[in-house]
Amino acid sequence: VLFLTDPDIFSMTWLHFLSVSITVWLTLLFVFTIVPAVLGVSIGIRRLYLTTLLKIFEWATLRMEMEAKEKNQQLYKPYSSGIIVKEPPLSLQQGIQELRGSASCLHSEPEFEMADIFYFCRRGVESIVDDEVTKRFSAQELETWNLLTRSHYNFRHISLRLTVLWGLGVLIRYGILLPLRVTLAATGISLILVLTTLVGFLPSRELRFFLTEKVHVMCYRICVRSLTAMITYHNRENKPKNGGICVANHTTPIDVIILANDGCYSLIGQAHRGLLGMVQRAMVKSSPHIWFDRSEVKDRHLVAKRLSDHVADKTKQPILIFPEGTCINNTSVMMFKKGSFEIGCTVYPVAIKYDPLFGDAFWNSSKFGMVNYLLRMMSSWAIVCSVWYLPPMNREEGEDAVQFANRVKAAIAAQGGLVDLIWDGGLKRAKVKDAFKEEQQKLYSKVLVDTSR
Amino acid sequence: MGSNSSNMNHIPDGQQLLQDTGFSAAQIIRLYERFEFLDKDNTGHLRPEDLETVPDLDMNPIGARIIGAFFPPGKETLDFGSFVRILAHFLPADSNRTRAGAQQEPANSTTGKLRFAFQLYDQDRDGKISRDELLQVLRSMLGLQVTEEQLQCIAERAIQEADADKDDAISFDEFRKSLEKVDIDHKMSIRFLR
Repeated sequence: VLFLTDPDIFSMTWLHFLSVSITVWLTLLFVFTIVPAVLGVSIGIRRLYLTTLLKIFEWATLRMEMEAKEKNQQLYKPYSSGIIVKEPPLSLQQGIQELRGSASCLHSEPEFEMADIFYFCRRGVESIVDDEVTKRFSAQELETWNLLTRSHYNFRHISLRLTVLWGLGVLIRYGILLPLRVTLAATGISLILVLTTLVGFLPSRELRFFLTEKVHVMCYRICVRSLTAMITYHNRENKPKNGGICVANHTTPIDVIILANDGCYSLIGQAHRGLLGMVQRAMVKSSPHIWFDRSEVKDRHLVAKRLSDHVADKTKQPILIFPEGTCINNTSVMMFKKGSFEIGCTVYPVAIKYDPLFGDAFWNSSKFGMVNYLLRMMSSWAIVCSVWYLPPMNREEGEDAVQFANRVKAAIAAQGGLVDLIWDGGLKRAKVKDAFKEEQQKLYSKVLVDTSR
Repeated sequence: MGSNSSNMNHIPDGQQLLQDTGFSAAQIIRLYERFEFLDKDNTGHLRPEDLETVPDLDMNPIGARIIGAFFPPGKETLDFGSFVRILAHFLPADSNRTRAGAQQEPANSTTGKLRFAFQLYDQDRDGKISRDELLQVLRSMLGLQVTEEQLQCIAERAIQEADADKDDAISFDEFRKSLEKVDIDHKMSIRFLR
């Protein structure tokens, strides 16, 4: 006890303790995560972790409901199905006919009825209360609570036990998981930089290809572990092959890591500056990625040419493209831009579906910047997702690029259990085109002309 | 992210709205969430631009008029109370609980709904739908799909049918009479989930 009161010895002891624990920490890290990542082996820690968490969440939700009942507070459950009853959508024609059916007169000439306005009025107000599009640009709501205040659940200190549990969760997530993950991510990124540069120096092309694949997969595995991502790949026999393009629905930039974990892809995108730019340049040294300058992006022909050149070369890996053009919240698939479907090569569709219970992966770019987003990702419990590789598709005779794109989109939506929407993801930032309104006006004028039936 | 209220205390006028309109507490909480969602800059008020971000409304031929119904002339901002009171017009008529001492006719009665629809036509709020106002509505709903003559023709017929006292305009009573065969409650109601 005497030595603890002496300040010098005390601080030395502290330092010893600190250095020992850091060494232990790093060793554990190395053994349990990096080595398996390099070897491609999974110990099964993550699965155990997730099952335990699930049990805790269910218990927590039950407790909340019980306590709320006791205190006679109305516990607000998020309505994941919306505010209003969704009736099967009637066409404009049917809607107006139905309206007029109650006024039982038939005329032989174009007839306008004062009541017609009710149809548009009701549809308009319904869309103010709940519409299909704007809600896709914010994170979806959960049925059970996952001990994160950021997920959309009311948490007002209903019970002491739950508050304690939540506090414990915060400690674990920010004190243990976050530093662990940041370390892993840093390791993964530096490895990719160093190793791809080294491999780029090798003279032999075959050797370069061989090693590139290994290096890439290893680094992506480390990144996946740094997010504690549990990915289930289905139908791996349909994995994209060389000389084609791989299209997938877009929820977050992490999609790239999720897919690249299981195969080598060529990425396509804008050339950035800073750290991301460095990573991009390093990656290009050992495998062919397509990075565009800001000015080149606008030139659609240039983009199309570089794409077709790449797919024509059968030794090059498939290109990974996200045709939606923006991040959607993983409940629906929005319009696919036709550019990638005009090239005329084989398309390998992939559906990615995240389970938001352990951490919502959706990147709401209008709310969070990239750093903030990554921080949130690394302080969630885990990222759980399923990836389905769909059979390859080709453009058929007499099908134009838009129809082909829609066909692929429908296949992805069906497999992933997502809603297939015709809307453009660009509506996140821009307003609807006048063409849609004209369409409505056209339909209505047809009704007026056809009232005799 | 919406409000994390499990009760109404965080909602402005919450209790008052519960009494005045026919909405249940759960519905009001849900509407408040929607309100906050539409209120992108978190000022506690909506502006016309906030409603214009809804694509379905933007492509509705009378979208601008509907937004106008929420923002009568002179009013630039919409608070949550007014938002709910206007939406209350669209509750089914049978959802009123019996309240002792209800001051005025509830918004979701047939008359209330008719009045809402009437105001969509009668933009200058003079109590009558003039020929001009009718033409404007028709132009919105039909756009460039019909010619000017066809438009005049349709408007003429509509006025002739409804205008009982021949003053070349449609008053509220004439409006109501011309719609007496229409099931207004059904057509102007939105089925809110309980």
